[in-house]
Amino acid sequence: MLLKNLKPVSNAHKGEETVNIRVEDGKVIEIGSDLEAQKGEETHNFDGAYVSPGWMDMHIHLREPGYEHKETITTGCDAAAFGGFTAVACMPNTNPPIHTRDVVEYITKKAENLAVDVHPIACVTKDRAGKSIAEMADMQEGGAVAFSDDGDPVADSQVMRVALEYSSMLNAPIINHEEDLALSRPGHMNEGKVATRLGLDGTPGIAEEVMIARDIMLADYTGGHIHVAHISTRNAVDLVRQAKKKGINVTTEVCAHHFDLTDEEIDRQNFDTNFKMHPPLRTQDDVDAMIEGLVDGTIDVICTDHAPHAIEEKEVEFIYAPNGIIGLETAWSITNQQLYKTGKLDLQQLMDKLVYNPRNILNLDVPEIKEGADANLTFFNTDEEWTFDAKNVRSKSKNSPYLDKKLKGRAVGIYNKGQLVLNEIRN
Amino acid sequence: MSEKPETSYDFNQKHLLGLADYSREDILHVLEQAKYFREILDRPVPKVPTLRDKTIVNLFYENSTRTRLSFELAQKRMGADVVNFSTSSSSTKKGESLKDTIRNISSMKIDMVVVRHESPGVPHFLTRCVDAAILNAGDGAHEHPTQALLDMFTMQTIYPDLKGKKVAIIGDIAHSRVVRSNIIGLTKLGAKVVLCGPKTFMPVFVEDLGVEVSHNLDETLAWCDIAMALRIQLERQDEGTELFPSLREYHERFGIKLSHLDEYPDFTIMHPGPVNRGVEMESEVADSDRAVILDQVTNGVAVRMAILYLLSGGNRV
Repeated sequence: MLLKNLKPVSNAHKGEETVNIRVEDGKVIEIGSDLEAQKGEETHNFDGAYVSPGWMDMHIHLREPGYEHKETITTGCDAAAFGGFTAVACMPNTNPPIHTRDVVEYITKKAENLAVDVHPIACVTKDRAGKSIAEMADMQEGGAVAFSDDGDPVADSQVMRVALEYSSMLNAPIINHEEDLALSRPGHMNEGKVATRLGLDGTPGIAEEVMIARDIMLADYTGGHIHVAHISTRNAVDLVRQAKKKGINVTTEVCAHHFDLTDEEIDRQNFDTNFKMHPPLRTQDDVDAMIEGLVDGTIDVICTDHAPHAIEEKEVEFIYAPNGIIGLETAWSITNQQLYKTGKLDLQQLMDKLVYNPRNILNLDVPEIKEGADANLTFFNTDEEWTFDAKNVRSKSKNSPYLDKKLKGRAVGIYNKGQLVLNEIRN
Repeated sequence: MSEKPETSYDFNQKHLLGLADYSREDILHVLEQAKYFREILDRPVPKVPTLRDKTIVNLFYENSTRTRLSFELAQKRMGADVVNFSTSSSSTKKGESLKDTIRNISSMKIDMVVVRHESPGVPHFLTRCVDAAILNAGDGAHEHPTQALLDMFTMQTIYPDLKGKKVAIIGDIAHSRVVRSNIIGLTKLGAKVVLCGPKTFMPVFVEDLGVEVSHNLDETLAWCDIAMALRIQLERQDEGTELFPSLREYHERFGIKLSHLDEYPDFTIMHPGPVNRGVEMESEVADSDRAVILDQVTNGVAVRMAILYLLSGGNRV
């Protein structure tokens, strides 16, 4: 198969020259500017789109097993492919939770033949109950790449200490949803000016920050690797920045919506529950801090926290609505608009956040664009204007703050595991 | 007297979701119309057929005595067909969704919906579900616009122009919908507002709403023309979520006492009710001639008649 008129972007390519790439059975066979299609060869012309090693979103919810009415492994991977991701790591708040090896293997087996690589993140503790650590080593052998209790942060400091010590032996990170629930419940949005105006109970940034401070100190003490999930406040970024300077083994990620939207949207959109997620949308100062953190390298990864919920679950009173929005399909457009088009980061730097860092954090092989390597590729542009309307949602759920919004830049396809997925816009 | 007030103001609101959406002129117009309905309430037969072709549903998902009765009375005095639906939020959470409930009710040809709910934003949500006019009778700690309108109406009976008037609001600011609507309305009319209470009752950035904060009751009472005490939600004291140590200490620090009436002879006392006697104020204070708490209740019916009239399509140019 010949993939024509592509501009490679990677550690080794700046996206300046246009090439054709021949792939066969999942491998890159040839790369060259003058490759011609052979007789009868399947050919696709990408008209000068960029190609990079496949992107990875290391924080998503596939909902299967247990909540297949929200998303399935198949529909979640369709959404991932539409967003340009060839790999995802999925959180363990399923039912049953991913807290035993058989659940890990259930997921990897179900995803076996899909174009997107699915890497389960397994529980830190049994039943995600925060009491006693789960069989991490066994789950790792079954395919788990990291450990997290997701929305139920490990509150007990001794449990966290043990988890960090044990997982450091396995060379795998603990990913903590950083939130001191005693400080944050029953928060429904960011505690701040807007929450005060709207009379909604707030989730203060401090609830996130005190937990990060604790985890950084525990990581320092144990030598474990703490990965701070979906960071969202300026002070939190500062904590990670200082910890990295001290050489503590801490990494972090930010969701695309957290470097784009603010809590003002809850007011502006008249309590639209598609703007309700955890951590909540914060202030413009926090949004600015996310971008600064991405630019100076404090924030390693761009993720989505893709969290599908059914229409009937989200179309309810604001305080009853579950937290979470889908994000896989819009992440690139937001990244492009907020970081690339504004000149904050160039494409190579963005590939660090989308390709290299997530895999390095999870100790996964990083794909390359070179002859003989596995063909694991994302095709994308930066100028196409398109509308993310309901017809174009690939996820099983439609709970997005970007629904019906005009977006700029699109992932036009992926190639992985020998499968080419072309993302067509449905009109 | 005619059946309808005379006016030339172009009132262009479809709903009453909160005073945040109402201009100074809108608010003054509602208050002006309310005067007409207040007079009707003093007639031998306090009724007008203004809403006789209208059907109104009162949807109360939270306990309410005076607001629900006040709305119902206002509707009946204007000849509307009224249906009431009262339930607790917790029981409906498990059953039919609010969206389905409102769409079913709306299918029975309803013109207006009065709603009270524990969740901020429910009135806004309902505007996305049905076409009827939506009136907010209290949404969580967000807004309670008819309460603020009746409060301002009552203040106007003492001070016809509220510009520059000094209003103190004392008590649990964080959990009060009354306070938010009052702040919005009063500041639009040019009044000055001071919030008084323990620091733990003050939400973050509350000064951004255009008010000042005091933790000193005596200074506040010496300053104000109107002192509005808010109900302390006693139930919160049992949940392990206390924001102050005891009712005793609260009353000592922030309760209005008989001695205050002598010491500061000018301020008028208001309270949206129900009063916890001996907590927000001493019993004698609530019953004193300085208090206009029962006038607030009477005026509430007139103010609600006015807003129902305006939102029913009356006075649309």
